[in-house]
Amino acid sequence: MAGGTKHKNQGDREIRSILATDCGSTTTKAILIDKVDGAYRLVVRGEAPTTVEKPFEDVTMGARNAIREVEELTGRKFLSEGGVITPQGQEGGVDLYLSTSSAGGGLQMMVAGVVKIMTAQSAERAALGAGAIVMDAIAIDDGRKPHQKIERIRHLRPDMILLSGGIDGGTVSHVVQIAELIAAAEPRPRLGIGFKLPIIYAGNVAARTYIKDILDAKTDLRIVDNLRPVLEREVLGPAREEIHNLFMEHVMAQAPGYDKLMRWTDVPIMPTPGAVGLIIETTGKENDMSIIGVDIGGATTDVFSLFEEKFNRTVSANLGMSYSICNVLLEAGVASLVRWLPFPLDEADLRNRIRNKMIRPTTIPHTVEELIVEQALAREAMRLAFEHHKSLAVGLRGIQKEYGEGGLVDSAGTDVSLVDMRGLGMLVGSGGVLSHAPRRAQAALMLIDSFLPEGVTRLAVDSIFMMPQLGVLSTVHAQAAAQVFDRDCLIKLGTCIAPIGLLRDGERAVSVKVSLPDGPAEFTVDFGQIHAFAIPEGTTAEVEVRPALLLDAGAGRGRSLRLKAEGGVVGLIVDCRGRPFRLPSDEATRRTKLLQWIKALDIYPQAALQRYLGRQ
Amino acid sequence: MAHAYTPGLKVTEHIVVRRVRRLPIPGDVLVKVGDKVAPDTVVARTKLPGNPVTINVANIMGMPAEYLAPHLVKKVGEAVAKDEVIAKSISWFGLSKVYCRAPVSGTLQSMSPVTGQAIIREADIPLDVSAYVHGTIVEVIAGEGVVVETEGAFIQGIFGVGGETSGTLRVAVSAADEPLEARHLTPAHAGDIVVGGSVITGPAIKRAIEVGAKGLVGGGIIDTDLINLLGYDIGVAITGQEDIALTIIVTEGFGQMNMADKTFSLFKQLEGKFASVNGATQIRAGVMRPEVIVPGHMAKGAVKTLAASEGLVPGTTVRIIREPYFGALAQVVELPPELQVIETEAKVRILRARLPGGEVVTIPRANVEILEG
Repeated sequence: MAGGTKHKNQGDREIRSILATDCGSTTTKAILIDKVDGAYRLVVRGEAPTTVEKPFEDVTMGARNAIREVEELTGRKFLSEGGVITPQGQEGGVDLYLSTSSAGGGLQMMVAGVVKIMTAQSAERAALGAGAIVMDAIAIDDGRKPHQKIERIRHLRPDMILLSGGIDGGTVSHVVQIAELIAAAEPRPRLGIGFKLPIIYAGNVAARTYIKDILDAKTDLRIVDNLRPVLEREVLGPAREEIHNLFMEHVMAQAPGYDKLMRWTDVPIMPTPGAVGLIIETTGKENDMSIIGVDIGGATTDVFSLFEEKFNRTVSANLGMSYSICNVLLEAGVASLVRWLPFPLDEADLRNRIRNKMIRPTTIPHTVEELIVEQALAREAMRLAFEHHKSLAVGLRGIQKEYGEGGLVDSAGTDVSLVDMRGLGMLVGSGGVLSHAPRRAQAALMLIDSFLPEGVTRLAVDSIFMMPQLGVLSTVHAQAAAQVFDRDCLIKLGTCIAPIGLLRDGERAVSVKVSLPDGPAEFTVDFGQIHAFAIPEGTTAEVEVRPALLLDAGAGRGRSLRLKAEGGVVGLIVDCRGRPFRLPSDEATRRTKLLQWIKALDIYPQAALQRYLGRQ
Repeated sequence: MAHAYTPGLKVTEHIVVRRVRRLPIPGDVLVKVGDKVAPDTVVARTKLPGNPVTINVANIMGMPAEYLAPHLVKKVGEAVAKDEVIAKSISWFGLSKVYCRAPVSGTLQSMSPVTGQAIIREADIPLDVSAYVHGTIVEVIAGEGVVVETEGAFIQGIFGVGGETSGTLRVAVSAADEPLEARHLTPAHAGDIVVGGSVITGPAIKRAIEVGAKGLVGGGIIDTDLINLLGYDIGVAITGQEDIALTIIVTEGFGQMNMADKTFSLFKQLEGKFASVNGATQIRAGVMRPEVIVPGHMAKGAVKTLAASEGLVPGTTVRIIREPYFGALAQVVELPPELQVIETEAKVRILRARLPGGEVVTIPRANVEILEG
């Protein structure tokens, strides 16, 4: 079902059951949602290896295997010869079947614009928001000579190009120049020999005729509304919609078995990251809070944020926990990685281990030592991905903006990131290394160490990585998606309080008073320490934090802060390690500190950990 | 998960292998079904459009793009030679002359009245696709390429660098646990694919390049030796395009790794035979492992075809591919269906396997690969 939206099982009829799959690059995950006592709940989950590649080359085989596991676990029937049975009837089936996909490399795009930090960046945001990996962003002022740009366009084989440039009615020559470079390069699509490369033009309306003359014959040209019609406004919707249409028509239609899968589903297949972004954006908006989501996968790490009602997604295409794990080592450096290890490890041994994980990506840590190394890599991958995100999640450039009552004007636009850690309401983690961390406190500390939240922040992880399925579900059944997301998807880890500022190590940092239904409790935390206090999941506690004079817990330096802290499987985490956070440079002190924090949050099994420490 | 294990690498004496040889853009197929081909036989040919070179004529002529037309001396589609005039402007009764000359030879592809930018495309670049292996054409994909089929021995490595090449296989060491060192390589190895036992050492790589060997195969490689060879660090497991003098394939992984006995024995059998090798490895978006194909090697028993593994069963020989038993070969003893808690406290599918010394150990199923043959 290319392009348009099909809701063959919608209408007035009540949806009683929903099956959703996510065909990932390695694994296909299926979830079953039923309406139980008036509310939608996750019933069961199944998974199987993805079968896009040889020797199977049919994505539906993996989907069938994952769904078959759901059948086995429930004793119900969902599959027939023709695919998923819809709607639910006497012979079984479900009322709604949906799918997302990132198999076969996901959606790979190139974007182009006139000015690098303006239209090219807007185009990049449109592509990223639609769930794409952006292979390159070409702009008139990107520092490359025309022949270098042509060379680059020729070399890359994207699934499509998004071309933008110029405000409506503005100059046409620059965007036409970019179109000429693209035409000269004669770019070819990644999939389908002999097919024309899809190009979406979302630039100055006055240049459309010229763009058609230059590109129409050579490419599959689509024209949509300008994504930057005026400097002050970004309109990314039409470009994103066309990206999704082309994703279905070109990328999915040419991937093995997707023609069948597309016939099975009730709504168009969505790129996995686009679906994850959708559910995160919806959650932030519905709860009226700023939110950051991270999805750390095998090949890429996606970061999503919603600040000041502006949603941003970035993908760090080469930061991941398996296929691109060596790139984490390469970009972070050995020293950055080793700083998270509480024991010494020979550098050559460490490097070989990481390389072996890259070439055998589906292996899992068997020992606590391996687990700690893997979680150190995850910290660095997320830290780097977040740095990347902050650099792209900025306000629109090229406009004037007034700040506060003083009327300060930033005439150059703004390079200031929209990401404001003090205002962050919730930090959500997803991906195997977080979702499958044997102890939830491990996921909590990985998130804190990588993102360094400031003030008060709620922490959560995706229990079994079902955000993609819930994202696509939210497009057709928002209520079901919201209910399952809140009740079954998110594991609430608790609330982190991280005062901003620095003291001397060991000085009293905060006094905390917690009022719980079964009575009050008080404790103090010294600077350089982290402390966890149990507040059970589903409980909200009244908390009063009294910071030292030089520290700001969220109410100002030295000022007491009162809050309602949401509990979770870890509880209240008071992080007095300082913001900005710095690990001790001295190796012995650093290891001592790491071990103190591990003990304070009961991160790893002590007996096993001692074996590796004792080995020194 | 039904198949929580890593499919193994093929190491087999006699198998039917098919390789698709495809052009990147449509072109001509030069062979037909049934033709016998050699590795260097050109099976398909096309022409890549030549490099486009841009020149801003308006800027050079010093006039707006829309005024250029009367000054152009070359039409779009016409051939131009390097330094030939493509536009000229003469004013002040011939006292002021401005010329715009072609920076390269080629064809004037476009002349933009909007930007004043001209594009001259250089001559087309011929592109040939060779057969890569000795074999027979079994399918022609019209306008795109062919499928070549061959029978013989087939060995997959775990990681490689460098592209397709071919040469005579020479086993340079006496045992699977013997490192490949510089002293093993002599000028007689020029043009050969040289096989070592355990690690391929840095000096051996250097020496192999000096003597003109076409490829090296060994159990392992040290991370820093690979960086020294390439001049950079590999971040993502996509290889095969490296600009290096030889192709390297490792069968076990990174570090001091002994080649599996089965693999080493097969290489010993194949000594002196002609092999096609490819170091290209792609683990992301479609697994591609490096390979050694030795056409014409015949073994007793039925010929196999590449197929999906049948999976793990008691008795299956596996290789453990993660610490703490990394590299060990073991035999599956038991496959408990229920999830079990391992040292990390993760609950995972496991198996119990007997190590060569007789000890039975518990291993996550994700951390073994089947030794396939």
